[in-house]
Amino acid sequence: MNAPATPATSAAPAKKPAGRAGRNLELPEHLKAYKGVWVFIEHERGHVHSVSWELLGEARKLADVLGSAVGVVVLGGPDEPLEKFAAEAFTYGADKAYIVHADVLQGYRNEPFTKGLTDLVNKYQPEILLLGATSMGRDLAGSVATTLLTGLTADCTELNIDPTSRALAATRPTFGGSLLCTIMTLAYRPQMATVRPRVLAMPQAQTGRGGEIVQETLEMVESSIATKLLDFIADANSNKINLPYADVIVSGGKGMKNPENFKHIFELARVLGGEVGATRPCVQAGWVEADRQVGQTGKTVRPKLYIAAGISGAIQHRVGMESSDVIVAINTDPNAPIFDFAHYGIVGNAMQVLPALTQAFAYHLSLRAKRVA
Amino acid sequence: MHIVVCIKQVPDSAQIRVHPVTNTIMRQGVPAIVNPYDLFSLEEALRLKDKFGGKVTMLCMGPPQAEDALRKCISFGADDAVLVTDRAFAGADTLATSYALAAGIAQIAREQAVDIVFTGKQTIDGDTAQVGPGIAKRMGLQLLTYVSRIVETDFENRSITVERRAEGGVQVLKTTLPCLITMLENTNELRFATLPAMIHAAGYPVRKWNKEQAGIEDVGKIGLKGSPTVVSKVFGPTPRSEKAEMLDLEISNLRDVSLNLLQKIFTRHPTLEADLLMKEPS
Repeated sequence: MNAPATPATSAAPAKKPAGRAGRNLELPEHLKAYKGVWVFIEHERGHVHSVSWELLGEARKLADVLGSAVGVVVLGGPDEPLEKFAAEAFTYGADKAYIVHADVLQGYRNEPFTKGLTDLVNKYQPEILLLGATSMGRDLAGSVATTLLTGLTADCTELNIDPTSRALAATRPTFGGSLLCTIMTLAYRPQMATVRPRVLAMPQAQTGRGGEIVQETLEMVESSIATKLLDFIADANSNKINLPYADVIVSGGKGMKNPENFKHIFELARVLGGEVGATRPCVQAGWVEADRQVGQTGKTVRPKLYIAAGISGAIQHRVGMESSDVIVAINTDPNAPIFDFAHYGIVGNAMQVLPALTQAFAYHLSLRAKRVA
Repeated sequence: MHIVVCIKQVPDSAQIRVHPVTNTIMRQGVPAIVNPYDLFSLEEALRLKDKFGGKVTMLCMGPPQAEDALRKCISFGADDAVLVTDRAFAGADTLATSYALAAGIAQIAREQAVDIVFTGKQTIDGDTAQVGPGIAKRMGLQLLTYVSRIVETDFENRSITVERRAEGGVQVLKTTLPCLITMLENTNELRFATLPAMIHAAGYPVRKWNKEQAGIEDVGKIGLKGSPTVVSKVFGPTPRSEKAEMLDLEISNLRDVSLNLLQKIFTRHPTLEADLLMKEPS
């Protein structure tokens, strides 16, 4: 893969950043009391979003490096099972759960959730605060960071502790994924970051692991909140595209030549019980729905099997799928970058290879199914 | 109704260079466009103007050449455009950017009160989706992100009802004006610019404000100085050590290659075959 020429290499440890005169890069004394790694637990209609557990697995590792504890924040309505969510969080590595039940926290709204989370941060002072880069997490993180006047790094793909400064080194793709950059918040606390679903691996639950629950209250009355949640219209499950958590994804790129040829992709995905993905150019051309876009500006996926047809493998696409267990690439160009990170490659016309693969899978699986039966 | 639409001029291509000393992005020589996500917000603003009358003012923070992006928006039907441009803004992260844009909006509001602020959902270069929420928080505006549809605008009673894309469903939210809205992509289709509109836009005097004119009181809050985040390094992705194992179509037929590939896949991922057998073909 032709990595763009850059001044720094990924191998070198993060050096002291180049600052300009007058820039404060030292942590002020009063912020040194901030300790612990926090994860905001996102839940909707009785279910915790998996991204919260994925973050918790990472938070545990960061806290172990720092020698500190992991806290989770669970905000919700009076009757929501927040204690149950907390108990589950303990099995994924949390030590403490800060729970707020309040009428105004029934259903996500920016204003009460911002106040709820901000108040807890100000009171308990965590040094790191992680949220999922979902529509809720991004809405909330931007508001909380601005309220606290601290640094927030969006859509990180890797989180580490910088050995020199002990700060959170948050790595994220930049410029549509053409480059990666490592960002640190040195002089402000907490250090905030969001991570997209499926970027981090799901941790193993440790049954029986417990923790401490701290109940807090939120001083806020409904009449002071301008925004009202009138309704929540749940997506119909049948037509919902769930790319991030699909086991098998068959994706097409501009090499599929036209939208009609995507039928080969759909057919293979159908036989495999998988989802159909696509690159940004295909979505922009209107060939498939935006929900099918894999990549930095689309969805991050980590299926067991990812079949890329007519996809060159631009970095913007790569960052969204390179954690897949097995990657198969079909491309007419033997020099396409996708062959640099796929596990298996076929140089050929996807319009011929895909039907052959579909047939082979259908044949093989029907044979096996009979044997199992 | 007075609507302010914030846009960003972004590079159109992947040709990026990074300043060797400051590790900030060098934009010279890369073709620039209006951030595509911003155009869904612009179209929605123009539709509100079509319905209720009033004015759409564009706001952008960026280098002097970003006025081209603003002119583009004038050609689609925006009424006025302000470019907040000052060397002191350079190197701003999202927190510093939201401060500068909020100051600019406040300055625009001094000329005529603002009812709705629109920003894009996110930019295609930064991808953070943080600036919109940041502006709303700084200005005390009600925040409506990822809006898929404006259901109703009641200008008399100063309220607005929208559908907001959430995880697993759509929220129907009603709030009061003024508010800040970020539109979801593909929720509307941008109108065409007419030839007279393009000519009008080409000669339109975009107002350029330096930091004082933009009402910036504290230079410690803008640009690199006002940015809590520090870019410690920028680098290319690490190449994988092993390349793909290639299956040659020329020495065996397509069927054999396909079956051979299946065997390799199932050997590499031993539980996959069982997983596939569990699934009903959809």
